[in-house]
Amino acid sequence: MSGYTREFKELIKRVEATRPARVEKARRGEHFPALTMSQRKEWLSAYHPDYKSEGRRAVAVGPSKGQVLPEEVAVLLESRSLLDPDRVSLDEADYETDVLVIGGGGAGTAAALAAEEAGAKVLLSTKLRHGDSNTVMAEGGIQCADQEGDSPYFHYLDVIGGGHFTNKPDLVAALANDAPLIIHWLEGLGMMFDKLPGGRMKVRHGGGTSRKRMHSAGDMTGAEIMRVIRDESRNRTEKIKVLEFSPAVELLTDGSGGVAGAVLYNIETKEYYVVRAKAVVIATGGFGRLHIQGFPTTNHYGATADGIVMAYRAGVELQDLDSTQYHPTGAVYPEQNVGLLITEKVRGLGAQLLNIDGEEFCFPLEPRDVESSCILRECLEVGKGIPTPTGRVGVWLDSPMIDILHGEGTVRKELPAKYIQFKRYDIDISKEPMLVFPTLHYQNGGLSINERCETTLKGLYAAGEVSGGVHGRNRLMGNSLLDVLVFGRRAGSGAAEYAKSLKQSPAPTLEHVRAFHRELEGAGIEDPVTGPVLLPDYAPEHVKKRQWD
Amino acid sequence: MGKDKDAIKPLATGDRTIPPEGARMIPIYIMGREYQVPETLTVMKAVEYAGYRYVRGCGCRGGICGACATFYRFVGDYKLRAGLACQTVVGPGMIIVQLPFFPANRPDYDLENIDEGALHEELRRLYPEVFKCVGCGTCTRTCPMDIDVMDYIALMKRGDLKGAAQKSFDCVMCGLCTSRCPAQISQFTAAMFVRRLCGKYLMPKAEHLAKRVEEVKSGRYEKMLKDLTEMSEEDVKKLYVEREREPDMAEPGTWLPEDKEHL
Repeated sequence: MSGYTREFKELIKRVEATRPARVEKARRGEHFPALTMSQRKEWLSAYHPDYKSEGRRAVAVGPSKGQVLPEEVAVLLESRSLLDPDRVSLDEADYETDVLVIGGGGAGTAAALAAEEAGAKVLLSTKLRHGDSNTVMAEGGIQCADQEGDSPYFHYLDVIGGGHFTNKPDLVAALANDAPLIIHWLEGLGMMFDKLPGGRMKVRHGGGTSRKRMHSAGDMTGAEIMRVIRDESRNRTEKIKVLEFSPAVELLTDGSGGVAGAVLYNIETKEYYVVRAKAVVIATGGFGRLHIQGFPTTNHYGATADGIVMAYRAGVELQDLDSTQYHPTGAVYPEQNVGLLITEKVRGLGAQLLNIDGEEFCFPLEPRDVESSCILRECLEVGKGIPTPTGRVGVWLDSPMIDILHGEGTVRKELPAKYIQFKRYDIDISKEPMLVFPTLHYQNGGLSINERCETTLKGLYAAGEVSGGVHGRNRLMGNSLLDVLVFGRRAGSGAAEYAKSLKQSPAPTLEHVRAFHRELEGAGIEDPVTGPVLLPDYAPEHVKKRQWD
Repeated sequence: MGKDKDAIKPLATGDRTIPPEGARMIPIYIMGREYQVPETLTVMKAVEYAGYRYVRGCGCRGGICGACATFYRFVGDYKLRAGLACQTVVGPGMIIVQLPFFPANRPDYDLENIDEGALHEELRRLYPEVFKCVGCGTCTRTCPMDIDVMDYIALMKRGDLKGAAQKSFDCVMCGLCTSRCPAQISQFTAAMFVRRLCGKYLMPKAEHLAKRVEEVKSGRYEKMLKDLTEMSEEDVKKLYVEREREPDMAEPGTWLPEDKEHL
């Protein structure tokens, strides 16, 4: 690989020409003006994909019938089950357990550990390997108000302000209050936090924070959290059984508004398993691999909204599922890195966003939804984006400013993973700017829960990215890792307590699927797809043409 | 609006890689069978281009989860190479295989009940094979994250568990090192154990955190948070807009706000 093309190198000269003046301004503390509140509203409506009418439509069935959602999501909410209820026998259970956890990421694993601690027998089923999740890719850090000048009170304000005041207050209070307990728990499990020599936690600001409360472990905070809690769950094999490559494909209900377990599918042996459970936790994560509006995504391979599809069919209500977070700075060159997350930290360290003329066009630290709108506008309406050899477009993220502002070596020290990911392709981001464009990042909403993680289906709990209401319509950096652990644990303990209250798991039925199929017919849905999709389909056209089955 | 709809769609290609104009087709061998793929694709995208749909061998697609451990050689070259499929670009004549799984030794343990003064003994008890390292360096040469694996094993042998923990930190637990070790050491699981020992017993505890935990458990923040949840949106907005911001340059733990009522 040979780095930037000659054309790019010419364009980079324009960036270098404007840089000295821009650096001087930055040193004086002057920024490109931020948008006013009314300008924010205007540009969001004009450019943010959530506000477009194309690619979105009202879902025709189910508890949130009539809500306008992205096409890719609406289609799945109107899907038929993979199972034919009339041909499935639920008479014999292949597994019986107190708590079934669906999903093996941060939230699912936290739930399993908490449920086990409360005395429950736990079965954790996951679609890929235990740990394959969006949790493992989170890098920015995890928020917690543990400094003397901070408190959960201020954390609450930051969360609800960042969410444009649309968050559910009880969930925000739970998140802020439990945060210190979670960080302490992780420390006790042996997580290697970045600390000062005496043991004090190293903390930073993030987008929208009033206090420095972003805790981290190198630049792989999520990966460290995931491997530590997964390792701990492996030490408790007596009570926590993990089934990998066995996604749930349908919930089982008890016929009277409660959950009874789930049907799992072994992707490799193609067997279905009936699992009877007294309580179920759904922790299936986000929907990035549905590629809303065709956007590339930062999400892992399995992020296909499975939990939403199954729970919706069982009558669970949704909250803010129509709100999607596009991370403003996803890599768009080289082609191999398209969609790769370029952390907000880069802008936090002073890098500015520039158009093809090397000029600034927006304040670099707007809330993520506003920032994405600014970039989309500059590329698609103003027409001053930088085209790539493969027909994409992006704007410059001037990372060389970081070393100039903070001293040589800052980029390599603060962004080691990013540095390697570009160096591989002969681009030195401490000396050359990156090319970025918004990328599909986070499912802001999801299944509706209360602060005990209960959904509208008795015995069914939900935690993590699959749930809605915690972050309102815009999540702040560092609160997702916190969300999965706070609510993962709450869901696990809640599920265990609920399980204790039942003598045995309820007799399972798929009646809710029959009812849903009838509703689909009644709504005139022609040619419904089957769901959940489980894995994205990346087969190219030339291959599909030859796959005659 | 219509203009951007058309503009966005062709640019938004989901996960599909667009090879540059003039990209040649090159032969690669997926588990020995030849496929023609455009150059510049990563192994993962090339395998999907050839028509395979991943079940095993694919995870985060971003170089951090270790699911796509890959071995490869080039036709005509004896050297065995290793990498992550999502991060390695194909070359002509590449012969590829991925590790869907590798059995590693991983004994269970109870982190809470380990004698803090006998950590090295505990390592010796759980992973005696670590002490049989022959120093061949294959693990280091194989690691896709540029970790000096042999060195952290050496640190483990010497009892420098903190050093071993720090040196192994970037590990994505792909298992490539373990698959090649002639002394049958499971380096990455031993390292996971040592890192947790380090985090719990060798790094000093955060006292301010312990103090805050006591405060939370005593219910100190319950009322003030409840009051916030019951406030009107107008009132919360006002508090939000007026809240103080800790200066970027402040040393952790030194700054205090004017409003100390809610600490």
